[in-house]
Amino acid sequence: MTATAANNLKVSQDDVEHIAQLSRLTVPASEREKFTEQFNQILNYADILEHIDTAGIQPTAHVLPVSNVFREDIVKPGSALEEVLANAPAVHNDGFKVPRVIE
Amino acid sequence: MTRYITVIGLEVHAELKTKTKAFCSCSTAFGSRPNTHVCPVCTGMPGALPVLNKQVVEFALRAALALNCRINKFNKFDRKNYFYPDLAKGYQISQFDQPICEHGYIDINVEGEEKRIGITRIHMEEDAGKLVHSGATISTSDFSAVDYNRAGVPLIEIVSEPDMRSAEEARAYMESLKAILEYTDVCDCKMQEGSLRCDANISIMPVGAKEFGTRAEIKNLNSFRALVRAIEYEVERQKEILEDGGHVVQETRTWDDVNGVTLSMRSKEEAHDYRYFPEPDLVPIQLDDAWIERVRSELPELPGARQARLVKSFGLPEYDAGQIVSSKAMADYFDAAAATAKDAKGVANWLLGDVSAFLNSENIGIEDFKVAPAHLAELVNLIKDGVLSSKLAKKVFGELLKEDASPKALVEKLGLQQVSDEGAIAALVDEAIAANPQSVADYKAGKDKAIGFLVGQIMKKSRGKANPGLVQKLLKERLQ
Repeated sequence: MTATAANNLKVSQDDVEHIAQLSRLTVPASEREKFTEQFNQILNYADILEHIDTAGIQPTAHVLPVSNVFREDIVKPGSALEEVLANAPAVHNDGFKVPRVIE
Repeated sequence: MTRYITVIGLEVHAELKTKTKAFCSCSTAFGSRPNTHVCPVCTGMPGALPVLNKQVVEFALRAALALNCRINKFNKFDRKNYFYPDLAKGYQISQFDQPICEHGYIDINVEGEEKRIGITRIHMEEDAGKLVHSGATISTSDFSAVDYNRAGVPLIEIVSEPDMRSAEEARAYMESLKAILEYTDVCDCKMQEGSLRCDANISIMPVGAKEFGTRAEIKNLNSFRALVRAIEYEVERQKEILEDGGHVVQETRTWDDVNGVTLSMRSKEEAHDYRYFPEPDLVPIQLDDAWIERVRSELPELPGARQARLVKSFGLPEYDAGQIVSSKAMADYFDAAAATAKDAKGVANWLLGDVSAFLNSENIGIEDFKVAPAHLAELVNLIKDGVLSSKLAKKVFGELLKEDASPKALVEKLGLQQVSDEGAIAALVDEAIAANPQSVADYKAGKDKAIGFLVGQIMKKSRGKANPGLVQKLLKERLQ
């Protein structure tokens, strides 16, 4: 490995916790170290790509050489209400009943 | 005391008038039973794939060109990740680093001064669902019910440069923007229903400062009045903080229209780490010159050009023309009435005067005004032809408001024709002279005002129908 020590530690345990929080995942303290190590391994692996000369190459937004796939503006019926609400944990006035959420 | 400069930028969300949602074929109809315009794409079911509605691009392009933007021929969608129950997917499809257009502007006019307000960018995105809280406010609710009918309805977000320096400039910008979106027919612009929404970024800095102050973002501005009041309130709040030696905190605040204050929304620090990345389920958009130029050629006459036309073709004052074109429906009404009116300025005066007063008192728009443009034109013509005095015309107008009919027919039915028959008026004049010797003597003694009393008596006697000009003329002739 030619990577420097600074490159080896790209994310800290705090970063792992932050990302878990953003993803609404609970990561037990016992696993935090393992995840930090794995995150760093992945990011260091991605470093290999940094050595490729990409001057003059457009960033890739999509892997297929396809653009302009459209649909006409014509209404089609959606799902039946019962079907839509079948996945709701609870229902209130035809709505998905969710706990109070304060942003 | 330090003097401050206010700096305002606006972020405006406009719902596009498509029949279907941005990425699926569900209807965008407003006010339906909850969760009845919903499909697996709207609810973020595994495997459901979005497909872009072509009309969304068409409308966004139309707005972009009307707002003088530079089009990004290559543009794409990104995912904006956040957890909130208003979007079932856990992200909003939006445009991040390559929006459909950038670098536009609107020219506004505040108190006779023209100013150009920059538009940073316009991007396409989807609206979120609606949360109905169980209590009166979110904090007093135990739970919320989510309706995904609005989730996926297409929006354009129009971001301005921080170019506005007062609440009035912000208002003028917002009014011009609304008019342009109405003219181009991309949005129905009902602020109360939320199809046009506005957030304001507001900061203040001492005169002479080189850097802007810390800004607060104000949400929930549902009317022009709310926009103006919120800016005025926020500027005072920030001044007080600075005067007390404090620092303005960068945060999102919500406008409380009832109490006339802005309140902190206490967002968590982590709430705004959106982790944007390209939307893998949607392919990029490539606009070519043919498409762009076709849309440009189909743009309707825009408010600025229409105002200039009303000034040039009908001789309306700049200000009046501006008032008329600020609503497309009003401008259309004017054009329809002016087509058969002998006095276009008269039509404008009625529209900006009595008609507007009536609309305001009824709290309706001109699109709900029941008097046909041709009938207003006929009323104006009756005045122009001397059939009606302006006083009688107001009476006829009052009748028209009750029941739209031909003013000519109304005049006959109510017997309101102005009497311009010399013989008939002369009789009334002679009668008044005979009955009021004192006034006659006063007038002859040089008291010019006395003639006003005599005219008044004659008008009263004729129940307002005598031609006032003729009354004056005949009186003066007899009193010489």
